[in-house]
Formats: sequence, C-alpha cells, structure tokens
Amino acid sequence: MSDIDTWLATFRTHAASLSGAGLPWLGAIRQRAIERFADEGWPTNRIERYRHTSLAFLAQQRFAVAQGTSQATAPARAVIAQLRADGEAGHWLVFVDGAFAPALSEVGALPAGAQVGSLSDALARWPERVEAAFGSADAGDSPAALNAALATEGAFVRLAPGVAVEAPIHLVFVATSPDVACHPRNLVVAEAGAQATLVEHYLAPPGGPAGAASLTNTVTRIDAGPDARIAHLKLQQEAETAIHLASIDVVQARGAAFDSHSLSFGARLARNDIVTRFDGEGCETLLNGLFHVDGRRHADHHTRIEHLKPRGTSREFYRGILDGAARGVFAGRIIVAKGAMRTDAEQRTDNLLLSAQAEADARPELEIYADDVKCAHGATVGQIDEASLFYLRSRGLDEAHARNLLTYAFAAEALARIGLAPLRRRAASAIRARLPGGELLEELS
Amino acid sequence: MLNIKDLHASVDGKQILRGLNLEVKSGEVHAIMGPNGSGKSTLAQVLAGRDSFHVDGGSVDWDGKDLLALPAEERAREGLFLAFQYPVEIPGVSNAYFLKAAVNAVRRHRQLPELDAMDFLKRVKAEMKAVGMREEFLYRSVNEGFSGGEKKRNEVLQMALLEPKLAVLDETDSGLDIDALRIVADGVNRLRSPDRSMIVITHYQRLLDYIVPDKVHVLSGGRIVHSGGPELALELEQRGYAWIADAAKAGGDSQTAVGAPGGGAAR
Repeated sequence: MSDIDTWLATFRTHAASLSGAGLPWLGAIRQRAIERFADEGWPTNRIERYRHTSLAFLAQQRFAVAQGTSQATAPARAVIAQLRADGEAGHWLVFVDGAFAPALSEVGALPAGAQVGSLSDALARWPERVEAAFGSADAGDSPAALNAALATEGAFVRLAPGVAVEAPIHLVFVATSPDVACHPRNLVVAEAGAQATLVEHYLAPPGGPAGAASLTNTVTRIDAGPDARIAHLKLQQEAETAIHLASIDVVQARGAAFDSHSLSFGARLARNDIVTRFDGEGCETLLNGLFHVDGRRHADHHTRIEHLKPRGTSREFYRGILDGAARGVFAGRIIVAKGAMRTDAEQRTDNLLLSAQAEADARPELEIYADDVKCAHGATVGQIDEASLFYLRSRGLDEAHARNLLTYAFAAEALARIGLAPLRRRAASAIRARLPGGELLEELS
Repeated sequence: MLNIKDLHASVDGKQILRGLNLEVKSGEVHAIMGPNGSGKSTLAQVLAGRDSFHVDGGSVDWDGKDLLALPAEERAREGLFLAFQYPVEIPGVSNAYFLKAAVNAVRRHRQLPELDAMDFLKRVKAEMKAVGMREEFLYRSVNEGFSGGEKKRNEVLQMALLEPKLAVLDETDSGLDIDALRIVADGVNRLRSPDRSMIVITHYQRLLDYIVPDKVHVLSGGRIVHSGGPELALELEQRGYAWIADAAKAGGDSQTAVGAPGGGAAR
C-alpha cells in the first residue's frame, strides 16, 4: 500500500468521526481535498518552491491518527505549567496530540462580541460562520489540502466589528505521542476595526515524544476586515525528530494591519508558508522572522506578500542563526500587481553562520507589475564579526561568552520588533534557552 | 612594567612593526606620535592581543609575564586596557550589560566579589557623571548611534570602571572637538596614578596640551626612531615628521642609537 493509499484509507475510516461530519458543505470540501492530495502527493524538490525542502521522504512514513486525549496527561500538564509560570494575562486554548483539552485551557473573560473556542465546538454551534472562514480545498499546497481533509480541531476566533481583545489569545499545541499526525486548523475572523493578538505555540515535553517522528500539519487562516489590527506570533519549539508543516494564510481588507512574528527552532524538518494578500487599499503588514537551527535541524520559511491594491506598505525582516550541520531556507516573494500604485515594500534577510557545516539559502523574489512603487530588498549571509568579538574580549569577556552575546544580539534585533513586552520576553527567553551559555545572557531583555 | 623588545608584527602578510623597542615604567605616561601608516595603531592592537595582527618576532614583558602569550581577554583581566580609535558598535547589547559583564569579568579574575545590579549602577553612574555622560547611554546599545565624542567618552568610562594597570589610548583625540577633547583628557588625567602606566597614541600634538606625557616617542617605519620629553611634541608640531625620518635614515639602522626610549639623538 502506498502512503497515498494509507492516507485515503485513513480518510475513509475516520471521515465519519471528524468534527462537523454531518455538514454537507464540509463533507464536500474534505472529499475534494483528499482527492487533491491523492492527486498531488507530497511536494518534492521537482517543485521550485520545495527545491530545498523536499517532502518526498514523508511517503516512506506511516503515522497513526492522533488519538488525541482531552485528558490532562502529566507531560502535557507540565508543559502548560511551565508555559504559564509567569502568570501573564491571556486567553488559553490547549490542544494535546490534536485534541482540545478543556482541563488545560482557560479562555477567561472576553469582551462582548468576541468568540474564542475550539473548532469542533464552533462547528457544532455556528456552522455557517465556520463555513465562511474554513477555506477551500484548493488553497495552499498539497499538505494544506490534507489538512482540509483531516482537520478535526483547532481554534475558532471571531471578533465582531470594533471588538478589541487586549490580552493575547494563546493557542498551544503539545505533541506527546510519537508517530502521530495532527492537522490543526485555526480560523480567525476579525470584522471591521477589531483588534487581537494571537500566539501559536508548538511544543513537546522536555526530551520530546520518544521514538520516531510526529507530524504536525497545521493551517491558520486569518481574515482581517477593514481597519482590523491583528498581530500573530508563532513559536515553534518542537523535538528534533518532529516534522512541522505550517501554512498561514491571511487576507487583509482596506486599511487592515497584520503583523506576523515567526520564531522557529526547526525540527527534523519545519516548513512555514506565510501568505498575506492586500485586498483593499492602504494595508500594512510586518513579516518578522527569526530562526535558530542546530544539529541536523532544518527550518524553511516561504513567504508571499501580494500587493494587489494601492498604497500598501509591507516590511519583512527575517534573521537566521545556523549552527552544526543545520540548514535554513528563506524565500520571500513580493508581488506588486498592476495598479497597486504607491506600494512601499521592503525586505531584508540576514543569516549568521556559526559553523562551517551549516547552510543558509536566502532568496528574495520581487515581481513588480506597477509603476510608482518603492521596493527594496537585501540578503546577507555572514559570520560573527571579528572586530566586535575582539572588542568584547579586550574588555575581559571570554571568547565563548562574547560569541554567545553577539549571537544573541543578532537575534535581539528581530525580537525587538515584537510589540507586546510579555511576548517579547517569552520569545527572548526561548532563544536564550537554545543558545549555549544562555544563562550568562539572562540579564539581557 | 612594560618592556617591548625588537617587536615585529604584520597584518595580512604586510610587515608593519619592524623591531620596535619601548620601555614604560610604572606610573609613567608615554606619548607615541608618528605619521600615518607608521604602525601606531598596529602597536596598540598587538598589545591588546588582536588575533588578526601577527607577531613575527620580539618580546613583550609585562611585570614578568609574557604578554604575547596571553589571549586578549586574559590581558584585559590582568589590567591592560585599550581605548579604541574606532569603538565598535554592538546593536542589541545594552551598554549597561556590556559594562557590567566587563567589570565583573575583571573582578572575578582579581578574586573580588562581583558587583550586583545595585552596586554596579551606583558605581557606573558616578563615573558617567565624571565623564559627562547622561544615564540614557546605559540603556542604549553599545556605541550604536553614538557620536564620535560619545564613543570616546564611553571608552574613557570603561577605562575608569576597569581600573587598568596599563592603558593604551589609540588616537583618542581623533574626531573630537575641543570641548570633547578636554572632557576626555580630564577623564584620563583623573586616572593618572603611580601604579598605572599609559601609552597615548596620537597623530597631533593637541592632545598633549591636556595630557602632558613624561616621554614622547616618534614611530616611523615600524620602529621608534626618536624619543624625548614633552617638548619634542611641540617641535614635531612645528617641524612635522619628515626631519626625524630623514635623521633616522642618516643615522643608520642602529637600534641602540635611535631606538632606546628617552635617549634619542636630538635631546
């Protein structure tokens, strides 16, 4: 049985028990999506966008369907306790091995007009609202289609016009079982003028789930209405054996602002596709990214900003720190459509190589079909600056401390763009925990 | 205190120092002057231990220790301080963190208790006041966006905090207006003490109006070609460097004749 047959069999066996199983519109999307996946298979390096990150090896892997548990298992409980140790205010939705875990979640008080809950719950209560936000079987690449076919949980967030949710909405995905595949699907609808910050955490208990790889194949769709302001933070901190595929798909209406911060520590393979589309005039976006990969980890960010309407502003900054025999890929495409006058786009990617075996691929791609636009891009790949290293050593700092400090400083520039202080601190402490000698850098914030 | 003998050094395969001799005693302030390209900054970098400057020969004895055998950070902890001609900007690292890390690295080495945040702040704020730096510079990234004068003040601040036994000031006057120069010179003068030696490297005599040296040396072609007292600086200001280089050539290559500190032919 080929792996495609295995996925088809999985679909046939489980279709009836997926959330929203009785809904005809959803059944049609799922059917179409599994057919599309069967047709296309996993993307291989024959496709340009997967040249550095072929998923062909996934055809050799068999994953169990997540027997998600809504029970608060000890490892999951420990992860959440650590995550919430600083008592930061927020609305928390926790998913363990793909299942919503109410016992570990705490949505708390929300302003009127804000709905924050699980996808399954939303499908049961407001299927028509979910239908409007679910997305088609044809969106994204084939892994996104597999997600549409098999997604059974995730978050559903809807904000009525003008509603502002102050504290961040945290979506936490914990993988505790090996060899399991999860397909979370998060749907966010922000009506005109609504505001919120969403944080997606992808975590494993310390040491990760023992044994072979788990697959997380996640899709997040964000619909930002006119003048809505949405900030999105993704913290991917999984085991070295994990396989992580993520697609973030955003549509911005007139005047909407969307900030994305993607912090990735890689995995056996971590791939992030972030796409935002300016569907109205005067949209703004910031795509900020930082990845740190070591060992044999691999992190790949593919981004696309579609300036379809005039007077859009986009800023994109990606930084990579690569150690060991790790590999980092960044490809950022900016499309300025015909008629998208007065577009202002800037893209920078910088990579810091800490070892001779590490490899960075940075590819800016600008497609400009409009006149009267301002577009700039730049890419660098370099090592620790010798002059800076000597300056620090000449003040008595030993070489290792100086190197770690300069590495952290390289990351800090990306961290500084995260607006909310508690989230910035969270991201900073996550990166410090990864750096050798991070405890020496504790006082840096 | 410091005894440099027949020092040869090169950068990128290019010979810069060609047999430099210099002796600096405890508490003395020596000025090293010389035309561009004579090797002044190379001497500073070699003394501080920069790896990209290669020592091809000679020795540097520092209070009985072989200075050249120590890595840069060891030299700093033992009490050598280089005030950089071009202080490096380090975005993302606050000046406060940097200064505290440096102070405590040196204190650990000297087996003194590390300063905690409170003690450090008290200490650093007092020193900042003395060099005319506002407190906001503590919370900015190291040297990032500092003006030329602010960078040099930050160097003098570091020197004051680290309390070196030997300070090497590499063109600390370059790029400073007269007010900044005076503040920097005051900072240096405050640190003069019988157990602290200084080597002040400068292209211009101007700085030496404010920091009056015990001895003045002329560096040319990678070695000390002439030495004298403070009055030599004035003479150089009036006559330029050419006559010294010519005299050195005419006098041959004998190190003992022209190379010994304080014993130059022009005295």
